[in-house]
Amino acid sequence: MAIGETIRNSQIWKSIFRHPMPLDRRNRIVVMLTNFFLHLHPVSIKKQGIALSFTWCMGGVTFFLFLVETVTGVLLMFYYRPTLEWAYNDILALRDVTSLGILRELHRWGAHAMVITTWLHMYRVFLTGSYKPPREFNWVVGVILLLLTLLLSFTGYLLPWDQLAIWAITVGSNMARATPFLGYEGPGQQLLTIGGIDMITDASDARFGLLGARFVGEETLNRFYVLHCIAIPLAVALLLAIHFWRVRKDGGISGPL
Amino acid sequence: MHSSGFFLKDVAGFLGGYYAFMAIMNGVAALLLWRRKGQVGWALVWTVFAGIMMVLASLALSGTADLVPALPLSVRTLVNRLSGPVLYTLGTFVLLTVLFVFRRFFVKPMVAWTILNAMLLLMGLSMADENFASIVMKPDNVPIVGLVFLLAFFTWLATSQAVVNDDRIARGLPPVEKENDEKVLVWPDLVYTELICMVAVSAFLLLWAICLPAPLEEPASSVKTPNPSKAPWYFLGLQEMLVYFDPWYAGVVLPSLVIFGLMAMPYLDFNKKGNGYYSIEERKFSYLTYQFGFFLLWITLIILGTFLRGPNWNFFGPFEFWTPYKVEVLNNVDLPQMFWVNLLDQPLPKAPSGASGLVQAGYILLREAPGLLVMGAYLVLLPPLLAVTLFRGFYAKMGFIRYMIMANLMLLMLTLPLKMVLRWTLNLKYIVSIPELSLNF
Ligand code: HEM
Repeated sequence: MAIGETIRNSQIWKSIFRHPMPLDRRNRIVVMLTNFFLHLHPVSIKKQGIALSFTWCMGGVTFFLFLVETVTGVLLMFYYRPTLEWAYNDILALRDVTSLGILRELHRWGAHAMVITTWLHMYRVFLTGSYKPPREFNWVVGVILLLLTLLLSFTGYLLPWDQLAIWAITVGSNMARATPFLGYEGPGQQLLTIGGIDMITDASDARFGLLGARFVGEETLNRFYVLHCIAIPLAVALLLAIHFWRVRKDGGISGPL
Repeated sequence: MHSSGFFLKDVAGFLGGYYAFMAIMNGVAALLLWRRKGQVGWALVWTVFAGIMMVLASLALSGTADLVPALPLSVRTLVNRLSGPVLYTLGTFVLLTVLFVFRRFFVKPMVAWTILNAMLLLMGLSMADENFASIVMKPDNVPIVGLVFLLAFFTWLATSQAVVNDDRIARGLPPVEKENDEKVLVWPDLVYTELICMVAVSAFLLLWAICLPAPLEEPASSVKTPNPSKAPWYFLGLQEMLVYFDPWYAGVVLPSLVIFGLMAMPYLDFNKKGNGYYSIEERKFSYLTYQFGFFLLWITLIILGTFLRGPNWNFFGPFEFWTPYKVEVLNNVDLPQMFWVNLLDQPLPKAPSGASGLVQAGYILLREAPGLLVMGAYLVLLPPLLAVTLFRGFYAKMGFIRYMIMANLMLLMLTLPLKMVLRWTLNLKYIVSIPELSLNF
């Protein structure tokens, strides 16, 4: 006890935590207001808003999984080089050489889980009618988050560069080939010609833009790597900030009026 | 291929643990029920059931392949023979409808528990089939099994609350959530819940990661195409739609419409009731629409695409071996063919050779006229027609633009099930088919 007290009274401790231990009512309020991480939350909340049977904690679990993915993803980046020469071998090494080799498992299963929990979160938001005014816009933000979650998962799927990876991405991205007007096998692309020269070819269509090449290859690997590790996570982080801010501004977790 | 002894020895350890888990689960349930008054009967039932699960566990672990509990071969063959895309899809539809209509019965805890046990038992017995196990145990498919159970659980959880609330509202009482509106401090009440959730999720994820290695196949090769080639599982519903539509619609337009429709939803649903609590009666239309889209057109198709579609995207029963040599006769016909050739006994209208572009376009329009008329009637005539009949009330409340968006989204969503039914009944391939423009619908 004495040691704990000494630590908590030290200058270092006090400089980090701007409040005493939240043991009494006053300090439990203070902690919510003065702690950076906790100030996301309100100080007090309706009991039904935190009932597990109501929210299933699904949004929270999804966010936690996003954090898990961020941490394990950064660790994976230490080991992985997105080139045709190394990508597959680096993944092999993660399994066979790296000690405590479940990093990749954590990241992969975490990603699958995040897709599922996002669906479940959306399902509960629908079932409680929480998309109704004043929360319409936060639902829209949510839909974009859903799309980004799927794209995160999809771009990551390519990185191990095994048969599973390139063919799943090939099948998935083949769809872009059929984009109306903008895909070279899509309806109406025949109409986009200038002076008899096709504008939409397999080297200029929507799929080419996605893959950076005519087929899933080195350019695609690089493109998906950057999207997966930087672009999409940043977009998700920004939208999550808005999402959480709006939950507060829209009056907290929904409930009957 | 039927289950070899070799395979059964492999899976026996897993199944032993699985049945033991079921036994413990039911033992705990029995204990909890027994301590509650008036539930002794049920406590006994689950004790007996737990005992049976213990027996199954020891049979699985006996070390004798023949003793591993499994569905009889005749049952498996029968299921394989009966199953097909039509029965699967319609069966799911009927099942979900029954669950919905009799929801008051199915949400009863003991009924739900019985169903859970039945699902788990069926799953265990099926796992002793080599073909079934080889698909379900594919590492990337395991999450979908989890998804099915999670969806069943959460749908039960939500429906049981909705049923209670609907009863209360009918009696003029506020929903249960209203009773709970006393305020509590976030520290400790919420912060601790979150902490426990985080620990639980971490533990679960660690366990999953230790037990199931991530898949890694041969190095990528752009010349060796695997058969079947599948997209990641969450897109397999879209891949399944390719059976009925061309990629431009199934892979580009429909997904865009799903995203757009989801975003538009809060602005289309003008019903002010049911905001912030579980309820079904108060918002039946939106509830049923969402469930139809989510369960039938999304989840069901994912399961079909993952577990039941094998080489060449052929349908395989759950216990069938995925042979690449299965041949399915496709004799699908386009609507123009049906109309001109089969019905009127004429050749398809075709521009004389050397005709100008305009004349050719005219002939194409003539050839496709039946399909274009059908589509036109469906998308242009139906919305106003519905506005003065079935959706009269909606139209009055929503105004022209909102109503039109809602009606068109609904109709476009329904193109998928309609096309399925047309394919199954009439072997219809395309309603409109203009290869000259790569436009097939
Ligand atoms: C990356 C994915 C997402 C994360 C991390 C996330 C996180 C959260 C969290 C933590 C909450 C607080 C309440 C709760 O836990 O249920 C919340 C609320 C909400 N979310 Fe999400 N969300 C995500 C995706 C979505 C999606 C896909 C939708 C809908 C399409 C959505 C719509 C909403 C709405 C409307 C609320 C307010 C609910 C209420 O007040 O009851 N979110 N979200």
